[in-house]
Amino acid sequence: MPLKSTAVERARVTAEPGILVFVCLAAWAIPGAGHFWVGRRQKGLVFLIALLAMFVIGLALHGRIFPFQLNEPLVALAAVADIGLGLPWLVARMLGLGGGVVTAATYEYGNTFLIVAGLLNFLVMIDVFDVAMGRK
Amino acid sequence: MTSHLLWLVVFAALVSVVFATLLRDEPAAQLRTAATMFGGFVAAALVLGWLMYPLPL
Repeated sequence: MPLKSTAVERARVTAEPGILVFVCLAAWAIPGAGHFWVGRRQKGLVFLIALLAMFVIGLALHGRIFPFQLNEPLVALAAVADIGLGLPWLVARMLGLGGGVVTAATYEYGNTFLIVAGLLNFLVMIDVFDVAMGRK
Repeated sequence: MTSHLLWLVVFAALVSVVFATLLRDEPAAQLRTAATMFGGFVAAALVLGWLMYPLPL
């Protein structure tokens, strides 16, 4: 099983511009899914494990999944970062997780894990876009 | 578990691994980059922590 896509596979992805949207959506929804799609399985696996671990640790440390409050700009920005993790974020919101415990000693650590996991997944999305475009 | 150092190390490790995987294609290069970044993150955090120790003055 090759770790990287071949030039032929890469060209096939690049040749279908419409598929780029779905590759990026998959990368957003499930960390690493976009890299699996374009044949970068090793990278996809690393992103899946590392980013999900950061999200779970963030929740376990009583971090907060921030709501969209436009009257609180920093909270709104944190909410945008949180949403970067796609389906795990959605599932956590639906299950009522990520309420945050402000009095917990690890509250800010939890927030940091959650926010950075989302932001890193945005970078992963940009990377898979470049790969699918044949730039990398 | 509320060990600040533990979570600092875990955070640095995970972020280093993701960045190294993004930046490098070969597993050996990824390992080297991740190790370098991890060391840099932890060292910088410890040095900055000690520098800020007397604050607020």
